[in-house]
Amino acid sequence: MANCKYDWPEAKDRKLIGKRISRIDGHEKASGRARYTFDMNPGNLLFGKILRSPYAHAKIKSVDTSEAEKLPGVVSVVVMKPVGKEPQPEIQWAGDEIAAVAATREEIAEDAIRKIKVEYDPLPFFVNEEDLSQAEGHTKPAVTEKKGDPEKAFQDPDVVTSEGYYGVPVITHCCLETHGHVVDWPDSKSLRVYASTQGVSAIGGQFADPLEIRADDVNIICNYVGGGFGSKFAVDTWGIAAAKLSKSAGGKPVKLLLERDHELLVAGARPSAFAKVRVAAKKDGTLVAWDSESWGTGGMGGSGVPPIPYPFHDKFPNFSRKHTFVSTNIGPSRAWRAPNHPQACLITMGAIDDLAAKLNMDPVELLMKNADLAPDPTLAKYYREELEVAAKLADWHKNWHPRPDKTAGTVKRGLGVSLHTWGGNPHAGNCAVSIHPDGSVEVKLGSQDLGTGTRTVIAIVVAETLGLPVDAVKVTIGDSKYPPDGPSGGSTTVGGVSGSTRRGAVNARDAFFAAIAPALGAKPEDLEAVDWHVRVKGNAAKTLTWKQACAKLGVKSIEATGAQKPRYTTEEQKTECVLNSGGVGGVQIADVSVDTETGIVRMNRMVAAQDCGLIIDLKTAESQVHGALIMGVCYALYEEKIMDRQTGRMLNPNMEFYKLAGIGDVGELVVHMMTGPGYDERGVIGLGEPPVISPGAAISNAVANAIGVRVPTLPLTPDKVLAAIEKGGMA
Amino acid sequence: MAKITELQVNGARCPIEADEATPLLVVLRDQLGLTGAKYGCGEGQCGACTVLLDSNPRHSCNTPVGKAAGHSITTIEGLAANGRLHPLQQAFLDSGAFQCAYCTSGMILTAAALLRVNPHPSEDEVRRFMNGNVCRCGTYPRIVEAILGAAETMAKNKS
Ligand code: FES
Ligand code: FES
Repeated sequence: MANCKYDWPEAKDRKLIGKRISRIDGHEKASGRARYTFDMNPGNLLFGKILRSPYAHAKIKSVDTSEAEKLPGVVSVVVMKPVGKEPQPEIQWAGDEIAAVAATREEIAEDAIRKIKVEYDPLPFFVNEEDLSQAEGHTKPAVTEKKGDPEKAFQDPDVVTSEGYYGVPVITHCCLETHGHVVDWPDSKSLRVYASTQGVSAIGGQFADPLEIRADDVNIICNYVGGGFGSKFAVDTWGIAAAKLSKSAGGKPVKLLLERDHELLVAGARPSAFAKVRVAAKKDGTLVAWDSESWGTGGMGGSGVPPIPYPFHDKFPNFSRKHTFVSTNIGPSRAWRAPNHPQACLITMGAIDDLAAKLNMDPVELLMKNADLAPDPTLAKYYREELEVAAKLADWHKNWHPRPDKTAGTVKRGLGVSLHTWGGNPHAGNCAVSIHPDGSVEVKLGSQDLGTGTRTVIAIVVAETLGLPVDAVKVTIGDSKYPPDGPSGGSTTVGGVSGSTRRGAVNARDAFFAAIAPALGAKPEDLEAVDWHVRVKGNAAKTLTWKQACAKLGVKSIEATGAQKPRYTTEEQKTECVLNSGGVGGVQIADVSVDTETGIVRMNRMVAAQDCGLIIDLKTAESQVHGALIMGVCYALYEEKIMDRQTGRMLNPNMEFYKLAGIGDVGELVVHMMTGPGYDERGVIGLGEPPVISPGAAISNAVANAIGVRVPTLPLTPDKVLAAIEKGGMA
Repeated sequence: MAKITELQVNGARCPIEADEATPLLVVLRDQLGLTGAKYGCGEGQCGACTVLLDSNPRHSCNTPVGKAAGHSITTIEGLAANGRLHPLQQAFLDSGAFQCAYCTSGMILTAAALLRVNPHPSEDEVRRFMNGNVCRCGTYPRIVEAILGAAETMAKNKS
């Protein structure tokens, strides 16, 4: 709504918003002084360790901790499964938690774990879901959906149909700081938890029932977190165990953070998705029909359902799809950056790319032609613009060729394209803004900065509103005692915190103007705050420095609050300012070289054209896209949670064999943020998820373009690339 | 097992008490409160725990403290001099070469080791030298930019 009091400033008036601004916590981070949960040591620390099940599926008959308890240095022991009751507790994945120990030294805790005796009754397990024909008894229908008459559309003699198989295995989050907590009891009724979490204000309640305390007697603290990516919303069984261990140790602090292998076993996995697809288009490339049978696992529970055909879905003229959940004993899944979307994208964009090849069409042209299948017309427009920008940046028209690369030599080059969408609407949140007589400004909220730049965004919004430099604003987050803010997931944070802090800062500014206007002999509405000054509009003589103006407050600080609602109804939109929205697009192009003798795929370049409404900090926004592209390269080329059919255990729970891309593996990254008129008016929209959706598809398509044949499943490892070439590539 | 009672860290002699086989990382963090070096994998695979031992980058997670005793150890806390960030730290800050920054100490110390032996590395040499340090947030392009920028600053400071 135009001219609403909270509205974002016009482009010409923005001093900070949209510029490239360095992180306000950069000094802490570069100097090594930033303290993460893993670094917390309130003194007299006890070390917690967990005993885990070696079996993928078993009943626990008994747990005997007596020997462990006798070990000198062991302070407390808790059994984490309800042993001794009927029915006997059942383990559903290798690595599940059985018991925990706290001891004065880490080695003692490790020794104690080894002294716990567990009697298991092993049961049959199932851990490999890719071959659906082997999954009998482990499947559950998830979704069946149909629109139009796909069968009739496929039979039309004028359409071209492509059939294929596409898939993405289970991968893990592999946060560099593992999950865990440092916990103590300041008194018998209150619990203090340093948590590596994505939800400072949200998670305290999870301790309430198991520890029999009130949710508001739990204080969650998290100033710095070493990555989350969707895996750090729960306090987890080990958080509860740490609180219990501390309680029975008289409230002494217990530190329980996972080792790397446990992190990879249990603390984060993205569901797999595999699909057999038929897709058809008219000879001119107009998409007409889709049919898919897909399946995937997220452990014992359901996995999400990939929203295929993606991102067109019910705009697709005719489609039918069926998705099946496969239950496996591989461990639970968690939200992984843009849940279900990267899988849906690989399946759909892979299939459409193969269809383009069959049609002898340039895939960029084919996507351009079908852009109107986008969920809404704005997005269709964005896709067209982004396809154009990305194609230009990748020099597509020069570098792309029909499949395969026919140049001489054994190294083949290929380009591939993909597009995606994501919501990114704000979460609800609150903040408190103070302006003090000494000129200092503080904003507090129970939010968290996962490394995305949340602190910096908050500082920019408040500084812009009050006409201050960024470093004049003190941002205090990371503690549940501040006004509650939503958890950071689904790209909701930037919208949430910018909405609440813009409102809080405008409220503070207005109250401030009201307080000092008499001293300037003006009306509050005639004042403005710019360039670290407060002045009467159009009267340069009546200007105070920010400090002088604040001094006029006497002894009384200005205290204001701001709140962001998650959604504003159409009715509310008439009266309330809407500072954010959702629904972004993005296009990516991968440029790769494939060594056809070794099967190794090398990244030459990734290009991303991405919109996300009004950008607050261009520097951290671009960094988010870099990060997403690199995570994309990781899951496209390397990542897979490999499960052993014989033992039911994960074969690669370490960073040697669970490989991530290094600095030399990612090639050149070109990021173009779509900004300016047509984009900025949408207000602030989240960015964490969208750019991680397309890389798998774009890279897979690029490899197919290079070698002339689809490598059906990610990761595109050398063995699979060679197998695909052998089967029919390079023709 | 022999006990180690002293380490030479960031130019100071620090009394400690540890079995010689204890990982250096554990001693630095738990006994000396130097938490800049991080636990990422504990197995020499990620570089988050990197410190300098006589100016060479070492994974402190799998370096026994017995092997570190008697050598000069530099951690991220010892890199800034006279209250001013080291040019590499400043370059990481200016380039925005981190997100969560859990990998940052290891990155900066590894880069410091590179610039000591090769003050003017090419982009390719930077990539090759740094390839063992993992950043899960994916900040690599700006890490390269920061290291090349710091090399320039350091060359200027010298001349
Ligand atoms: S913690 Fe030492 S290399 Fe990963
Ligand atoms: S910035 Fe998060 S791991 Fe590097």
